[in-house]
Amino acid sequence: MFSWDLLANAVVAGLLLGGFYAAVSLGISLIFGLLDIANIAQPAFVIVGSYAAYVLHDAYGFDPILTGILLTPVFYLLGALVYRIYYASFERRGDEALRGLVFFFGLLFIIEVSLSMKYGVDYRLVQTGYLSRSIEFGGVGIAFRYLVPCVIGVAMTAVLYLFLGRTFYGRAIMAVSQDQAALRLMGADPIHIKTIAFGIGIAAASLAGALLISIAPVIPSTDRDYIGRMFAITVLGGMGSIAGTLLAAVILGVVESLMATFFGPSWSLAVSFGILLAALAVRPAGLFGR
Amino acid sequence: MGRTVPALLVGLAVVAAGMVLVLVRVNPYFYFAGYVILQYVVIATAWNILGGYGGYVNFGTPAFFALGAYTAVVLIRSLKAPLPVLIVAGGLVAALLGLGIGYLTLRLRGVFFSIATLALSVVLQTIIMNWEYVGGSRGLSILRPSGPPFGNYGVFLFTVMLGLAVVAVLMARFIERSWIGRGLAALRDNEEAAECMGVPTLRLKLFATTVSGFLLGVAGAPFPYYVTFIEPNSAFALDYAVNALAMPMIGGTTSWIGPVIGAVLLGTAQQVAIVTISSELNLLLVGVVLVGFVVVAPEGILGLVRRLRTR
Repeated sequence: MFSWDLLANAVVAGLLLGGFYAAVSLGISLIFGLLDIANIAQPAFVIVGSYAAYVLHDAYGFDPILTGILLTPVFYLLGALVYRIYYASFERRGDEALRGLVFFFGLLFIIEVSLSMKYGVDYRLVQTGYLSRSIEFGGVGIAFRYLVPCVIGVAMTAVLYLFLGRTFYGRAIMAVSQDQAALRLMGADPIHIKTIAFGIGIAAASLAGALLISIAPVIPSTDRDYIGRMFAITVLGGMGSIAGTLLAAVILGVVESLMATFFGPSWSLAVSFGILLAALAVRPAGLFGR
Repeated sequence: MGRTVPALLVGLAVVAAGMVLVLVRVNPYFYFAGYVILQYVVIATAWNILGGYGGYVNFGTPAFFALGAYTAVVLIRSLKAPLPVLIVAGGLVAALLGLGIGYLTLRLRGVFFSIATLALSVVLQTIIMNWEYVGGSRGLSILRPSGPPFGNYGVFLFTVMLGLAVVAVLMARFIERSWIGRGLAALRDNEEAAECMGVPTLRLKLFATTVSGFLLGVAGAPFPYYVTFIEPNSAFALDYAVNALAMPMIGGTTSWIGPVIGAVLLGTAQQVAIVTISSELNLLLVGVVLVGFVVVAPEGILGLVRRLRTR
């Protein structure tokens, strides 16, 4: 017997999950989609954000989401530093494609192992009063644990969209992704602009990490689950299209939620990677291709 | 052909030296650790045929390795097949997967290819985790067959892996020095230009992915007997992906000896670190060495040696 209630619940849960996935993927959409830097260490930075939120909550009782917002400047500086190292070591030499990829892969591994050495492999979760509540609309339950990250994810998408379209630096980032040489001719320094963009991408990981640890328990190797999701969303969304990122994130969230509800949660991870493989093989330009 | 015969002789000498080591009684842990190092020689060499010669970075090493291991598990459970059959079958199944990702290179290059191989690894792991016959996510105990041809079973497996390592290195050396190696180098440097010059790029890429996959599967096939308990998280460990990259990068990717140097150095360092410090610190070591080399010495140890010589 097919249950409409179950379907409605799964779709709503998927939509909420999608908003959260957008929050996680915005950073990589900026860094990989617009700057063409294959930062596969991005999910590891998200997990660092999760542990920062966890540690500050555990020690001082800070609100995780507030921590995530307050730490963005720190993550921004960290991102700017990583980009400068990357630029000096690879981009300037002109062999960024493969060795740069290996560099980020090593970075991912270092972050993951460092976290598991410091905090062990126990699952960590941050619980606060308002996150554990839920409301119900005609048989469909909405947990605040999912609603809050979704709302913040949509808000982050809107802010980034406006930033890229309306501000000077935002437009400069769009310009650097289109034609770096032309930007240089206009008198702007592409390296400076890319440092800013990379910093913003990593700063987004801070907030995304805080949201992640509010939704579900996190261990250092959780980053691996998100590599596929992030890149699937970025590719499917059309490499750097911010609106496309949100749409692709919602699609992925709903499909994963349906799979988890009707086939069991152990298959849901294969969905994102399956979509990624299919998107790469059939239409690498994504839904909103450049 | 002039230099192939001496290389074969060196290979035979290495195997013979290994046999002598087997006869001399040393601490059994030596074989246990030595097996892992030799396994990494095979893995690093296999990865390098595609990544070093052809320039296609494969993050999906665990997928091929585990496919070899799980093919062996299926054959052990269903037919109680002997070890040589397991090795050949594991290699062939992984080679088929390699052929598959070879066709993927038609559409995906550079970064996209790498991400696709990573995705492949996760999809395959999910399938294995949901397949109860091979133990699912809980894992499966494997009984070693009684009565190995000589020594105890650990020593026997060590010798087998030594032979496989020699075969893998000889294959890589042969490929590197033939027209295939030159063709792969051409497409690594500039695929469009190579294509225009009449290099059969697709055939070369299919060859490289298939051979690379075959050897990775071969490395994985004896794994169930080595660990005697197989479960997806250890068979698909990200460590294999990182080591497969790190070892050739450290040694030098353009020559067959590079991955061997890298695997022996890094593999030994890891085994020592596991015993003396901790297993997590040894992984950290790999990551730091990998990033350090890729930033400071992108040509690896071979590149450093070459630079010193020309000075």
